Amino acid sequence: MALPETAAPELELDSRRAESRRGFLIGLPAWAYLTIFFALPLVIVLVYSFATRSSTGRTQLTGWNLDSYRRLVDPFVFEVFQRSFFLALTTTLICLLVSYPFAYYIATRGARLRNILLVMVMIPFWSNFLVRTYAWKVLLGSDGPISQLSQALGGEPIRLLFTNTAVLIGLVYGFLPFMVLPLYAALERMDWSLVEAARDLYADGWTAFRKVTWPLSRPGVIAGSILVFVPALGAYVTPAILGGARTTLVGDYIVDQFLAARNQPFGSALSMGIMLVLLAATVIYFRSGAKEV
Amino acid sequence: MSISAGVRPKSPTERMLAGNAWLVYAFFYAPILVLIVFSFNENNNVGIWTEPSLRWYRDVLANDAVMSAIRVSLIVAAISTVVSTILGTMTALSLERFRYRGRRAFDGLVYLPIIIPDVTMAVMLLLFFAQSFQWLDAALGWRPSFGIATISLSHIAFNISFVAVVVRARLGQLDARLEEAAADLYATRWQAFRRVTFPLIAPGVVGGALLALTLSLDDVVVTSFVAGPGSTTLPVYVFGLVRRGVTPLINAVSTLMLVASMVLIAISLGFQRTSRSRVAIREQELEPN
Amino acid sequence: MRKAAVELAGVSKAFGDVYAVRDMDLAIADGEFFSLLGPSGCGKTTTLRMVAGFEFPTAGALWIHGVEMGLEPANRRPVNTVFQSYALFPHMNVEENVAFGLRMKKVGATETAERVKRALDMVQLGHRADASPTQLSGGQQQRVALARALVNEPEVLLLDEPLGALDLKLRQAMQVELKVLQERVGITFVYVTHDQEEALTMSDRIGVMNEGRLLQIGRPEEIYERPASRFVADFIGEINLLPATVVDHYSVRLLGGQVVRGSTGAEPGSEVTMAVRPERLELFGSNEHIADGLNQIRGTVVRRTYYGDVFYYDVDTPAGVVEVKEENRPGVDLHEAGESTVVAWDPSATTVVED
Repeated sequence: MALPETAAPELELDSRRAESRRGFLIGLPAWAYLTIFFALPLVIVLVYSFATRSSTGRTQLTGWNLDSYRRLVDPFVFEVFQRSFFLALTTTLICLLVSYPFAYYIATRGARLRNILLVMVMIPFWSNFLVRTYAWKVLLGSDGPISQLSQALGGEPIRLLFTNTAVLIGLVYGFLPFMVLPLYAALERMDWSLVEAARDLYADGWTAFRKVTWPLSRPGVIAGSILVFVPALGAYVTPAILGGARTTLVGDYIVDQFLAARNQPFGSALSMGIMLVLLAATVIYFRSGAKEV
Repeated sequence: MSISAGVRPKSPTERMLAGNAWLVYAFFYAPILVLIVFSFNENNNVGIWTEPSLRWYRDVLANDAVMSAIRVSLIVAAISTVVSTILGTMTALSLERFRYRGRRAFDGLVYLPIIIPDVTMAVMLLLFFAQSFQWLDAALGWRPSFGIATISLSHIAFNISFVAVVVRARLGQLDARLEEAAADLYATRWQAFRRVTFPLIAPGVVGGALLALTLSLDDVVVTSFVAGPGSTTLPVYVFGLVRRGVTPLINAVSTLMLVASMVLIAISLGFQRTSRSRVAIREQELEPN
Repeated sequence: MRKAAVELAGVSKAFGDVYAVRDMDLAIADGEFFSLLGPSGCGKTTTLRMVAGFEFPTAGALWIHGVEMGLEPANRRPVNTVFQSYALFPHMNVEENVAFGLRMKKVGATETAERVKRALDMVQLGHRADASPTQLSGGQQQRVALARALVNEPEVLLLDEPLGALDLKLRQAMQVELKVLQERVGITFVYVTHDQEEALTMSDRIGVMNEGRLLQIGRPEEIYERPASRFVADFIGEINLLPATVVDHYSVRLLGGQVVRGSTGAEPGSEVTMAVRPERLELFGSNEHIADGLNQIRGTVVRRTYYGDVFYYDVDTPAGVVEVKEENRPGVDLHEAGESTVVAWDPSATTVVED
């Protein structure tokens, strides 16, 4: 037997390094792209948020200041944030309340029916978001079908359009699939024999739900909530179509800074603000969910 | 898997759940149905039904602005879907199957575009392009303009992440042993990818591509910020119309957009059904017989 | 002397700080059915994976038919693996699965078709070439995995607990089939299992592992009759382990003072363990005549258990509780609980282990 030429640890390490390099290179194009077209723009917004606005509305990258951020705590601005936050929160809660029994129902059907029911959820999901929101504008108009219906029943013409309620309806409608699908995924993956075990151990239906089903479906609840809350907070299209000029929300407020008001530094500060709120909410929510699994 | 549906009695809870489900479906479909029905309405006024007619569809086809917007939408969607699917799939492979320094940072970077609202994204990209055009002008004397290119680049920026998430989920379900088996049977890394990994993640890739396509065709805010004169997409154009009022013309355009979506869904489902059984095989393989 | 099919010298494998395999020296002969046997986590699968090329050794060298291959990637080694979960490609049918390796090596279409047919016939699945893996039972999938590996005529076939997912009857049938197949084909098989019955029935030689180390290599009879360590003695089959002190090279003293015969190389006075298998013990009533030269201990029967074909007696002796296994045959006396008896056995059945 020849003397062993030992495979020294370095040689094994070398092959692992080659493997790592391959992985890195495969991801490199996307990394580069995201750095240029995402990370860099983010940095630019950050920079602009400290810039000054000239009297003609142009942005001057001099005279760095915190003015824009100071405006963030103005009562008016704060109110806008608050309003948007609570609207997004309400939207998320309503979506959750409506979606959970719905997803539960689908997840507990037989395989074939489940697939059909899912497809029927996917169809609105894949349909154009703008169109779906617009459909509510048609429905809720004062001479739209709902209004006509209520008038036919002897009531008043509905004046729902251009109110907060209309926006809420539109947001819930638009984001409902984003809550249903993760919930369904979590419930479908669950081990239902655990529920049966709970009932075998004398738990009634509600307790079994509270102690077994709900905690196990938590990841789905978290994912769905994030998927609804995030776009709802920065919603622009839905309020623009269904809301009125009276109540300003963050999305519209930001867009306004870049179009009419021409105050890019302030718009940038607002954007950073909303992003921080969302990051904080996501992190907190994730952590709280992760802890209890 | 679910509880065997046949064995349970129809308790009051069951009935409530079922009732709730049907209400939700009604909620989902009523607006869409109303829209479609009224697009065939002869009357100018959307609310009042007079007689069925194809008038608005004819108007759509004759409308240059709409046709041009459709063209731009399709070009942008095609470009952004192809590029983001390729980059997103590579991202998923890189993150899921390899370990290297900086992987966590890359992972975080990929997830950010998903949790950013489109308003912020729009602002970011607008300032980025505006600023870069200034720099390019100063450095090279060439000043690019906002148009199809900027829209496509923007769509790719947020689509990569969505494709990556979908493909990664699919990749995660794949038995890593299959790739080892391929190597055991003399396949090189590339052969193993082409003949084993890729066919098995293909449904995920297609799903990701469809998602990217939908997001691109749906996008309003980002596009309106980075579009230029003469390069409006369909949703942005419709958005402009909608803000001004409600007309059956919009209904007709909307119905057409809906039909297009449904065709896409039908294709995607057809594809998925043939491939779904294949991942189920892996699960069955591990069951003792 | 023929080149060893697989040889390991000083091979270790560490994952971070944890050593899965330590300092392993092993030579597997050409054409041999060799089993690596041990409990979960003992390093047997890691060793197999190093031979296959899915892991590289942290230290030491590995040869396949004399060619050093420790750091060759898996796809360049002349070995094939049958995986525990079969790892059949779900998107290919049986024929495509089996032909995969040949196609990767760019073997011509006619030759491929021929070899695939032969391989499938060899595992009696020629009629299912078009089936998809989902449509097959576990046993059939396993045979496809086997065919897929063998069709490439590897120098060594590696099997990672391939029968684990099958039920008992099927497993026993497959054990015979695999052994017959190996003898027919003549390829070296390296078989990993935690089931000692499997290893004993199928192998030409067994390597027993625990905690990353190879404890003993030998033919099944050697491992069974003359275990080299307490772990091996305990792991394989049933055995009585009684603490003892060495008197001289031919005898040891058990607890309670009884001296019995058994050869040992340990120093007089050292603490050892005397091991003897229950089926080599015989139970005698206090009045019965016991032949000369047998080791004996007195004890009281605590319990008798009926197993259909055998009886087990738990006998309480000063040396410890001893388990005796006796055939259920007419003419063999039964003993009752509480009976005073003598446990006797031939000294050659005694093994003294030093740990």
